[in-house]
Amino acid sequence: MGETTTDLLITGATRVGGLADEGGDLLVRDGVLLDPAEAGRDGSRELVRIDADGLLAVPGLVDLHCHLREPGREDAETVATGAAAAARGGFTAVLAMANTVPVTDTAEAARHVRALGEQAGLGAVVPIGAVSKGLDGQELAELGLMARTGVRVFSDDGHCVSDARLMRRALEYVRAFDGVIAQHAQDPRLAGPDACCHEGEVSGRLGLAGWPAAAESTIIARDVQLAALTRSRLHVCHVSTAESVEVLRWAKQRYPQADITAEVTPHHLLLTTDLLAGYDPTFKVNPPLRPAEDVEAVRAALADGTIDAVATDHAPHARHDKEHAFADAAFGMVGLETALGVVVETMVRTGLADWERVVEATSTTPARIARLTDQGRRLAVGAPATLTLVDPTARAVVDAADTRSLSRNNPWHGRELPDPVVATVAAGRLTYRR
Amino acid sequence: MRHLLSAADVDAATANRIFDLAEEMADVQNRPVKKLPALRGRTVVNLFFEDSTRTRSSFEIAGKWLSADVINISAKGSSVSKGESLRDTVQTVAAMGVDAMVIRHAASGAPWQAAQWTRAQIVNAGDGTHEHPTQALLDAFTLRRHFRAAANGGSTGTDPFAGRTVAVVGDITHSRVARSNVLLLTTLGVRVVLVAPPTLLPSGVETWGCEVTGNFDAAIAEADAVMMLRVQRERMSGGYFPTPREYTVGYGLTRDRVAALRPGTAICHPGPMNRGLEISADAADAANSLVLDQVAAGVAVRMSVLYQLLGGDDAWVSQGGQG
Repeated sequence: MGETTTDLLITGATRVGGLADEGGDLLVRDGVLLDPAEAGRDGSRELVRIDADGLLAVPGLVDLHCHLREPGREDAETVATGAAAAARGGFTAVLAMANTVPVTDTAEAARHVRALGEQAGLGAVVPIGAVSKGLDGQELAELGLMARTGVRVFSDDGHCVSDARLMRRALEYVRAFDGVIAQHAQDPRLAGPDACCHEGEVSGRLGLAGWPAAAESTIIARDVQLAALTRSRLHVCHVSTAESVEVLRWAKQRYPQADITAEVTPHHLLLTTDLLAGYDPTFKVNPPLRPAEDVEAVRAALADGTIDAVATDHAPHARHDKEHAFADAAFGMVGLETALGVVVETMVRTGLADWERVVEATSTTPARIARLTDQGRRLAVGAPATLTLVDPTARAVVDAADTRSLSRNNPWHGRELPDPVVATVAAGRLTYRR
Repeated sequence: MRHLLSAADVDAATANRIFDLAEEMADVQNRPVKKLPALRGRTVVNLFFEDSTRTRSSFEIAGKWLSADVINISAKGSSVSKGESLRDTVQTVAAMGVDAMVIRHAASGAPWQAAQWTRAQIVNAGDGTHEHPTQALLDAFTLRRHFRAAANGGSTGTDPFAGRTVAVVGDITHSRVARSNVLLLTTLGVRVVLVAPPTLLPSGVETWGCEVTGNFDAAIAEADAVMMLRVQRERMSGGYFPTPREYTVGYGLTRDRVAALRPGTAICHPGPMNRGLEISADAADAANSLVLDQVAAGVAVRMSVLYQLLGGDDAWVSQGGQG
């Protein structure tokens, strides 16, 4: 946050995050929130106003889980285009998964991703380090050297750390620097690489290899006990089943001292497995879309805190990688630009959660899990000017072509959703304005 | 109906129309000059992403006897490994101006995707572990002839499928033949009993409108036909069942089981057969074995299907319009 000559005055917004009674005006200068009474006092500074009447001001969103594809697949996404999509989605920080080419499994690779994000200047891009070298699940990557560059979240996402001993060691080792292991819970023997559809009536009817719910919940059941054993931090990625929710609920009661957190994706909050009936690979994702009972369960878990956070698992793919036969097509769907809209649709409009809870799940809690001290802060004087302006009532029909991402594998195309994000301010800089 | 993607696309009336026309087509097979001008000037591409000599040959002969121009394109190997997407392959072929594509693919659903990407008419010639609708049609056609002959010397007056029970035996999970047969036979009013070890039963099979058992001997006692499914070699060592020997004892159509069949019970197999595994030589070569009738029926039924899709039969073409 360098010196600037421009102030930003946001007027009329309602602050969410325990500060609703403190008035709606916000003054942004040099990356920090000041007392709005200061606005215009220094005549040498230009003043840009944003009329935010009727809008909510929330701490900038933090995405614990996205795939930005750079280095390696810059045809699908770059750090710059991914950061632009994130800003449009209201995010002020995103954590970039390690499964790039090459893998982010060294300090140098981590520094490279962070530098690309700084060049883009559209919010913080924070690298996630691999747990194992090359994501091969055999040997620990250089977790400590990555931690020295600021990495706190480690994940082999895309692959499960399926070896129990390696998982135990990883959890133990990262305790030294307050790291967290973000696990992609998928038993590779129960749900192998061919598994591309929730195992159930739909997979049987469509003749697609099934991915049983038990392949997720059994790994979580193991990992929560390893987290307790090692007194370390476990974060469970993209929880998708009712059984996983029950295991997490049990674990949080059984091990109150353990630091166990979990995330759910927007698509698992709304989309169901029957969308696969036409074999459209847009809906092929890992973990797979589940039946309606699971969707209900993860919503309830997000509402009651059993699931702590929402994370996008934004997974852009070049068009040709999705236009194969269903079994051959790439896993994943884009999600940064639509994430908050889906959360509003599934949690706020249904009455399951209020905006305070939404802020926790999309900003405060993910910032805490990733140890990002400048993110997810209450919008008070002296705090970083890292915020998102939200119109809680706006709606729009999603158009896959209208995007800042390089990819179009958008499962929401053609669907009307809340369209809440009006403006995003990251460390004092306006990174998106509708 | 614009495409034939699933056996579920075929209602009972349509199926019987296909069968009646197939009877006429079968007569062509017995002529010295086996050629009808019905599809002259139409182009049919057999687009096979997976080898299948018998299905491809059957479609090729069917098209040629109807005077269509038939081209075979083998696109074996995953499109991923070749670097060309399925969409590009399908659209490249379509751009040559073909009227219909007969598609075989190792992945379930590929013909559905193709139907979204091209204006050509699509016939599903087997997609992954999903469906094989022309196999189901030729199986039902063969059974219709058999049941008619068994009932009253070939009268066409009564419903040949009424009150019949067909046992489908083997690897249901990975069988496109089983899925299509369950859909079509239940549409025709047949009681279908699936016989398999629990490891080879798909999830949700209880919603398919048929019965399921692990007791082959009990099923045999009630069956008017037994349809044996091929056990794929790669499943034999995959932990689905302990040994081929144990599979044969539980689920093979052995000599003893042939002896236990009721008189007139038909034996079917889509081929190629693993003699000695799912079907004994006694069964394959029994008087009631319809295995070769199925192959012969394949050409007649596929002629009928191609004619109905491409030959301007307005009754069919105007019905669907889907896709």
